[in-house]
Amino acid sequence: MSASNLVEIRDLNFTYDKRPVLQGINMNFPKGKLIAIMGLSGCGKTTLLRLIGGALIPTKGYVKVDGQNIHELNQDGLYDMRRKMGMLFQFGALFTDMSVYDNVAFQMREHTDLPEELIHDLVLMKLHAVGLRGTHNLMPSELSGGMARRVALARTVSLDPMLIMYDEPFAGLDPISLTVVGDLIRRLNDALGATSIVVTHDVQESLKIVDYVYFMANGVIVAEGTPDEIRASDRDFVHQFVHGEMDGPVPFHYPGGNYRQDLNLQA
Amino acid sequence: MPAAKTIRAIGHRTINAVWRIGMATRFFFLILMYSGSSFRRFHLIIKELFSTGVMSLIIIVVAGLFVGMVLGLQGYETLKRYGSESALGVMVALGLVRELGPVVAALLFASRAGSAMTAEIGLMKATEQISAMEMMAVHPIARIVAPRFWAGIISMPLLAALFSAVGVFGGYFVGVVQIGVDEGSFWAQMQAAVDFEHDILNGVIKSFVFGTAVTVIALFEGYDAPPTAEGVSGATTRTVVTSSLAILMLDFILTAMMFGGS
Repeated sequence: MSASNLVEIRDLNFTYDKRPVLQGINMNFPKGKLIAIMGLSGCGKTTLLRLIGGALIPTKGYVKVDGQNIHELNQDGLYDMRRKMGMLFQFGALFTDMSVYDNVAFQMREHTDLPEELIHDLVLMKLHAVGLRGTHNLMPSELSGGMARRVALARTVSLDPMLIMYDEPFAGLDPISLTVVGDLIRRLNDALGATSIVVTHDVQESLKIVDYVYFMANGVIVAEGTPDEIRASDRDFVHQFVHGEMDGPVPFHYPGGNYRQDLNLQA
Repeated sequence: MPAAKTIRAIGHRTINAVWRIGMATRFFFLILMYSGSSFRRFHLIIKELFSTGVMSLIIIVVAGLFVGMVLGLQGYETLKRYGSESALGVMVALGLVRELGPVVAALLFASRAGSAMTAEIGLMKATEQISAMEMMAVHPIARIVAPRFWAGIISMPLLAALFSAVGVFGGYFVGVVQIGVDEGSFWAQMQAAVDFEHDILNGVIKSFVFGTAVTVIALFEGYDAPPTAEGVSGATTRTVVTSSLAILMLDFILTAMMFGGS
């Protein structure tokens, strides 16, 4: 494994219920970089993220995080590794029975012996970093979708992880929240010196903030490059995806039978 | 071939049922395994005691009162035929302490607290809160499931005892205050006939077993629920149905072991 890569994936295959979800995936995630994995819904992006986090076991191949094969670790080893990771779930996954403050303090209380006064200051600093210090007394149900995502981001980075994973961080956000979240992802990555992996299908926002992009379709990598290379790509799939065109290699129609026959019309 | 299809469907359901029993057993042992770390976070058990135990108090007290009152009425009618109205206190107390207290309190507990536990954990799963906890290197069974399990185990015998106590007062109100059974013989015969070990302790054991069964079923159904609205609703229904059947079945077994032939 190259010393410059925090995460290395080699020949990764994953099959679910006899259906191949990922096939022959090779990826590098260099330290300090912000990398996007893009592709259509259902192409295996989130599955890949869960494999990196050790929540799923690959059928073949390996994932190395910080030099360790994540799937060869026992539960204690995996949990030790996860303490150095952070994951932002699609809709935040805030604990609904806890206040914003307790959500952000959760990992500090579980994994450290820090005194409550210090936790208090750290929580407020994390919330301040995402612009939501004033919400610490609120419950998650009192937050908007964008605010919940930012609180979840504060919780994700509460222990200053070396690897941060984002699962569709831009889904369902208004344009302002989208820009705010995108900017926060970039700034937090640089401020913490972390490595970030963003799984998304939001092309325009992602290309503004990331260092490198992997494009996936049907469980394989179909293209990769820097944002400028992706924008300039003449590959049909990438062109259709980046420009949001209706027809192309990804057809508008889901495969089906003969249209006239389905409508019971004579040929 | 409809016959082959039917056999296949029966086989599939049987395998599925055996599989789920195995999973639930494994789940139960995991809860015990992670109980140590949940006792270190005793404030979580206290919090769950409030939502499972304290929040069930009203339904338990009201139901206990009415069941006791009905027992007083029915008991009086029956005992009067044999001229034994003075034994009303014994009948009410034994009926409640041995049977109705543990069983009805457990059925109410399954409907009130069990269904709430399943729905809460099922929704936590559907909204990825359980996955998030795992990704934060905190085991969900230690943090979410085990505190609820111990809260259920602790609250169930207390709720059953309260049910029986309120029920006795319900029987007293109807029998002594309303109908006019002699107060002295009501209490004296009850005191003489109810044995601590044979009656009260066996009732406590029953409610402890019912509490364990209801809580494990409720937690397992929630943890195993498909992460959809339909999945959570189905799991909640299964909790109430399975728990209720388990309570009645276990009651028969325990009654046969404790009182059968004695």
